[in-house]
Amino acid sequence: MQQRLKNRLGIMGWLGGGRYGMDRYAYALHRITGLGILAYFIMHIIVTGQRTGGVERWESTMAFFGSTPFKIGEFLVVLAFAFHAVNGLRLIFVELGWWIGKPGTPSFPYTYSTLRHRPLFIVFMVVAAVLMIIGGVDFYFVLK
Amino acid sequence: MNKSATQDPSIIKTVQFEVLRYNPEGNEAPRLQNYSVPVIRGMTVLDGLNWIKEHLDSSLSWRSSCRMGICGSCGMFINGLPRLACNNQIVHLHSDRVTVKPLPNYDIIRDLVPDLEGLFEKHRSVKPYLIRKDTEEQEKPTGEFFQSQQELLNYIQFAYCIKCGLCMSACPTVATSENYAGPQPLTAGWRYCADSRDEGLQERQEVLYSSYGVYRCHFAGACSQVCPKGVDPALAIQLLKKDAFLRSFGFGKKKKAGPVLPPVRDWTPGGKIPEAPAKTVPRKTE
Repeated sequence: MQQRLKNRLGIMGWLGGGRYGMDRYAYALHRITGLGILAYFIMHIIVTGQRTGGVERWESTMAFFGSTPFKIGEFLVVLAFAFHAVNGLRLIFVELGWWIGKPGTPSFPYTYSTLRHRPLFIVFMVVAAVLMIIGGVDFYFVLK
Repeated sequence: MNKSATQDPSIIKTVQFEVLRYNPEGNEAPRLQNYSVPVIRGMTVLDGLNWIKEHLDSSLSWRSSCRMGICGSCGMFINGLPRLACNNQIVHLHSDRVTVKPLPNYDIIRDLVPDLEGLFEKHRSVKPYLIRKDTEEQEKPTGEFFQSQQELLNYIQFAYCIKCGLCMSACPTVATSENYAGPQPLTAGWRYCADSRDEGLQERQEVLYSSYGVYRCHFAGACSQVCPKGVDPALAIQLLKKDAFLRSFGFGKKKKAGPVLPPVRDWTPGGKIPEAPAKTVPRKTE
């Protein structure tokens, strides 16, 4: 057999939305935020585990993580959580077959499930944005 | 461009075709090659490639057949999206540069020719045919399997798939997971599972609901966006998930395959068919 050239897009295939629709970007962001939350969760367990080392160790750890860069990092976790939670709920609705339409006879110009789902997608993204703003206001005063 | 082409009044503009070239017999890396192509009204990307082959470079390779969006052979990555070359007019791309590459997520055989064998293997793995318990009836049919119009609508959309492979090329999960079944095979699986004449869910679910099955799909929707026949693979995959959810809680419809209709006997044509109107123009022989 002749030599074949590998052409699988790999990680850039799911990271890059290209000229596809906004659902494709939501897909990438859902995975990125999921990985971010997982990283935070592991760090969180390690940090809270410092409490077993005594009060002094705990307080010095808290002082270290109370600095501005880590506060900004925590705010990013809030943003990630808001998007991931709301988008996850949307995906559950989709997987139950809600607001994606029913199969029929396709006629041109074609419509499809992601287009029929678009209004709900926008509603969910607005909810995520509102949660992010609330988190932002909260963090702004915390940082003050 | 040759002289006769520049003088042709039907030419509305000239576009630059940027085509990916790959020769498996040489040691050269794949490269983009430019061609100037005169465009006439209604000219498709496939016509442009044909023009290049005829006038500029006979070594350019691609796969095509019907040139009318039926056979699904000419899937290519055109200006950033997987499309059928025969189904897209150059003027509708709204650009003076047409970049043509082979479909991503498939190995390249040569130039614009992707290796679709992996797609067909996965397609076969979902057993895309009617599976029934009455195999005797299937082997030696005595009549038709009953199916209502409403039951037909449950799957007919997914039966329009022409296996062009654009959806697999657009899917972000296929991009990273080689073993993921992908939108086309999963849609083919649902097409038969949703068919009222079929009883093959048990045999298919090993593939459909495996760790590389439907649950790898997170509704990016790119498959449905690029499908040239309006098949909507994203919808089929969500319906597979919904069906599994309902069945796991005992809510799913108990499926019983459509019965065999009694054979039509003693039927004579013309019973209620009205007579043809009288001839208004006499035949030449009369």
